[in-house]
Amino acid sequence: MYEEIFAKYSADKENLIAILHDVQNNHPQHYVSPEAINRVSEYLRIPVSHIQGVLTFYTMYSTRPRGKYIIRLCESPPCFLRGSESILAKLKQLLGVKLEGTTSDGLFTLELCACLGVCGNAPVMMINDELYGDLTEEKVVAVIKKLTGGEA
Amino acid sequence: MKIFINGKAYDAFPGEMVLQVALRNEIFIPHLCYHPRTGPAAKCRACVVEVENLPGLQTSCNLPARDGMQVTTNSEAVLQAQRVVIDLALSSGKHDCLACEQNGNCELQNAAYFLGIERPSYEFALEEKVPDASSEFVYVDRAKCISCGRCVSGCNNNVVNEVINFGNRGFHTKIIFDNDKLLGESSCVQCGECVQLCPVGAIIDKRAIGQGRSWEMEKVETVCAYCGVGCRLELHINRKENRIIRITGVEDSPTNEGMLCVKGRYGFDFIASPERLTTPLIRENGKFREASWDEAISLIASRFRSIIEEHGSNAIAGLSSAKVTNEENFLFQKFMRREVGTNNVDHCARLCHSSTVAGLAASLGSGAMTNDIAGIKNADVIMIIGSDTSAAHPVIAARIKQAVREGRTKLIVIDPKKIVMANYADIYAAHLPGSDVALLNCLMHVILKNGWEDSKYIEERLEGYEELRKEVLQDKYKPENVEKISGVPATTLHRIAEMFAKAETASIFYAMGITQHTTGRDNVWSVANLQMICGNLGKIGGGVNPLRGQSNVQGACDMGCLPNVYPGYQSVQDEKIREKFEKAWGRKLSSETGLTVIEMVDGAYEGKVKALYVMGENPFLSDPDQHHVISALEKIDFLVVQDMFLTETAEFADVVLPATSFVEKEGNFTNTERRVQKLNIALTPPGAAKADWEIIQMLANSMAAGWQYRTVSDICDEINQLTPQYAGITWERIGRNGLQWPCPTETHPGTPYLHKDRFARGLGLLRGIPFIEAAELPDEEYPLILTTGRVLQHFHTGTMTRKTPGLNNLAGPMVMMSVEDAEAMGIGNSEPVKIATRRGEIEAPAFVTRRIKKGVIYIPFHYKESPANRLTNPVVDPVAKIPEYKVCAAKIRKIS
Repeated sequence: MYEEIFAKYSADKENLIAILHDVQNNHPQHYVSPEAINRVSEYLRIPVSHIQGVLTFYTMYSTRPRGKYIIRLCESPPCFLRGSESILAKLKQLLGVKLEGTTSDGLFTLELCACLGVCGNAPVMMINDELYGDLTEEKVVAVIKKLTGGEA
Repeated sequence: MKIFINGKAYDAFPGEMVLQVALRNEIFIPHLCYHPRTGPAAKCRACVVEVENLPGLQTSCNLPARDGMQVTTNSEAVLQAQRVVIDLALSSGKHDCLACEQNGNCELQNAAYFLGIERPSYEFALEEKVPDASSEFVYVDRAKCISCGRCVSGCNNNVVNEVINFGNRGFHTKIIFDNDKLLGESSCVQCGECVQLCPVGAIIDKRAIGQGRSWEMEKVETVCAYCGVGCRLELHINRKENRIIRITGVEDSPTNEGMLCVKGRYGFDFIASPERLTTPLIRENGKFREASWDEAISLIASRFRSIIEEHGSNAIAGLSSAKVTNEENFLFQKFMRREVGTNNVDHCARLCHSSTVAGLAASLGSGAMTNDIAGIKNADVIMIIGSDTSAAHPVIAARIKQAVREGRTKLIVIDPKKIVMANYADIYAAHLPGSDVALLNCLMHVILKNGWEDSKYIEERLEGYEELRKEVLQDKYKPENVEKISGVPATTLHRIAEMFAKAETASIFYAMGITQHTTGRDNVWSVANLQMICGNLGKIGGGVNPLRGQSNVQGACDMGCLPNVYPGYQSVQDEKIREKFEKAWGRKLSSETGLTVIEMVDGAYEGKVKALYVMGENPFLSDPDQHHVISALEKIDFLVVQDMFLTETAEFADVVLPATSFVEKEGNFTNTERRVQKLNIALTPPGAAKADWEIIQMLANSMAAGWQYRTVSDICDEINQLTPQYAGITWERIGRNGLQWPCPTETHPGTPYLHKDRFARGLGLLRGIPFIEAAELPDEEYPLILTTGRVLQHFHTGTMTRKTPGLNNLAGPMVMMSVEDAEAMGIGNSEPVKIATRRGEIEAPAFVTRRIKKGVIYIPFHYKESPANRLTNPVVDPVAKIPEYKVCAAKIRKIS
């Protein structure tokens, strides 16, 4: 996987951010592993500590394994006013995890995020690249059920 | 240029910041993130001042001084802003001064004191932070960290080890090691740069905890006793207990600029070791008994006298030391030459750089490193060949890494092991041990074929060009052919030649990988050839730079502890020179060139050398073919060893004399860049131990020498008179930063780089050097190439470093082997294996790595339990007489 990603980018330092995104997106657990950090460090000749610094500075990167589906619930005021709090509680209950936690089957990771730009449909969440608006507790149950293959 | 601070005018230099001007004039402005060695960061905001015509408050650390600038540092607005910054810093951490190691030396505490802050006024709910005590020498308490970033800057920009950085952000920002590992599990080499830079008690010397307050410690400056870089140290001493608590680097030293390595900063346990010798010992009925100085000295004198009478002066030989001062080396060779009457004096330079001295003296006219450490940053290309620089000369490695990091300098590394420096290299090539001449001739082949040589330089300053051309332009040095000899791809050889030759200024750094071969002198001369045709000698940032391995190996050579020359490389066979010394010393001197180290051992083995006087050396572990050395030591009639410890060699002695360590005496060391620097007395020696110069003088006088040196400076005076290069380096002149020889007069400023405008020998001498293979090559029975060397954490035969437990924990015996070879033999990492050559066999754990080439193994030679030199080949270079430590045939087998 690394060779394919590196083939897309020259070994210049300014490609770090993009390479890390590709590495993370190509990992089944959506994170940048210690091995990946070492490989990127060797390719770009950037010290491991610098890469770790970048990874932990930006919230969109993770240095811990995450689920197949990453749920990002908007925590901005419009969604809050439209009841995102109860959606969060429902998600926690459904998945049995805390914030930033991953379900034991490795399917879901629950995170919060800032405004997703569709306040008209608040409350909103994103699962991977898919947007879900006008959330209700029932809708959330259905979405999760669909993604788990109808078992939940 | 003048600026006004609080209404008073002060001189400011161009480029100086306001804070620097203030501090230079002892005007205190609180500052936390600024340090002279990490520069302005403008992060902590503690250094704010008011400046006329500039809005608001300005951070003074990054505010360039401008002529006529009006600065106010003491207005209420300034102090109030500073108070808030310091108050917040105090509030956001666990700054409990009472039991903090940094108390009294803490810049946060100083700022609070200056601003009158008694206790922090904000109460944050602080995260619980567990101190990181995982490292041997460095203790990290993040609860005290103020995120100033000095350690990050020091680690990345000064020592360029690139281990520390900031992780997370905002309130959760913290320093991290690699990818947030414990320090002891990270790639940290524990140089302690971060400890020295930390303004608070967040990163401290682990072993100094609870050992005393900063104000209780006396500080004495001296020179490090390990490698030849000659870093200046500040010793922090507990005077009552007569011991060193911690060591820091001297920040304004031109050699190390405050940086040190793990050995220099932490490897000082040997000084207070209970194993130190405290009294002379005499062997009686096979056992040592304690003796008085009088008894020991008169026994040696009478035995030496009777051996001289019976077998002649040449039956006695002396090994001087690259670990003692210039003055002591001077006296040692004077004793051997004047009192004993022989030129049988040599020392371990024979084993490290005799090929350099021979090769460079013949080609350039001077055998020393041509350039200086400070000039490293002026090179456009640096080539490191045969030097594990970051292990053996860590602070020079830091300078090279700095130059690369700055972006100006490109780095080429050629070494059989993928050493740490290879990580910083633009081109790395792994060549086979012993193929250096072929490789260097190949580079010259490519350069000449493409017309990249400096023809003006060749015409004006060199001779022997046609002969060199004839040799290197042969087809056998085509990259395609040299690829077969060296294992380096032809395209890589071509790229190296192009990058090197096209540089405006290029320098070469080398060490034992070039010198310790039967072709050592050829290797050195080839390096010189390359540098000469590229016109890289006689200018700043260029040069042929042999890195000297011992603190005073340069000085020991300069002082004539060599069998063929008096001090200053003045030949013993030159009648005029001999007359000069005979006149000065009032005694007839021998014109016969003496024995080298290896010849002394052989002479002892053959019964020709009856007595050996060893000062501060340990041939038992340092000389090749240990079994042979042991039989020689057993055969010798009378062995005197003068050392700090009962070394492996001393175990064979008839008389052992207790010597002082480098912190217990005065004198000068000469570092690798020819800089003569002064040692100062910091501690009193244990028991009856004496400085080597005192011992030599006692011995000489008991042989009726009539010497009257009252102090070390008396000896220094004599050196000034007899050694042209040292004539102007007087005791009074040396000062804190030393002087670089040649320094012919008392007004001469010293010489940072040699061969400017003219070579020491007139014209530089090029010579065509044919490639000759190593003496012993792999065969069916011994299929591997064994090469030896040092590791970062240990030094030489371990007499000093192995007394520090932390260093032993960090690095033990090992044999480095390639993954391919290990897999073929079914050997796992850290599995103990047997390594054998035609000389002997040892056991060591395997270190399986991709950093070494298939077919090559590497063993560090520090360990008496796995002595690499039981295996090495004692065959020597025909001219330099240096043994071939770097190549011999070996085999490895599993221990089933």
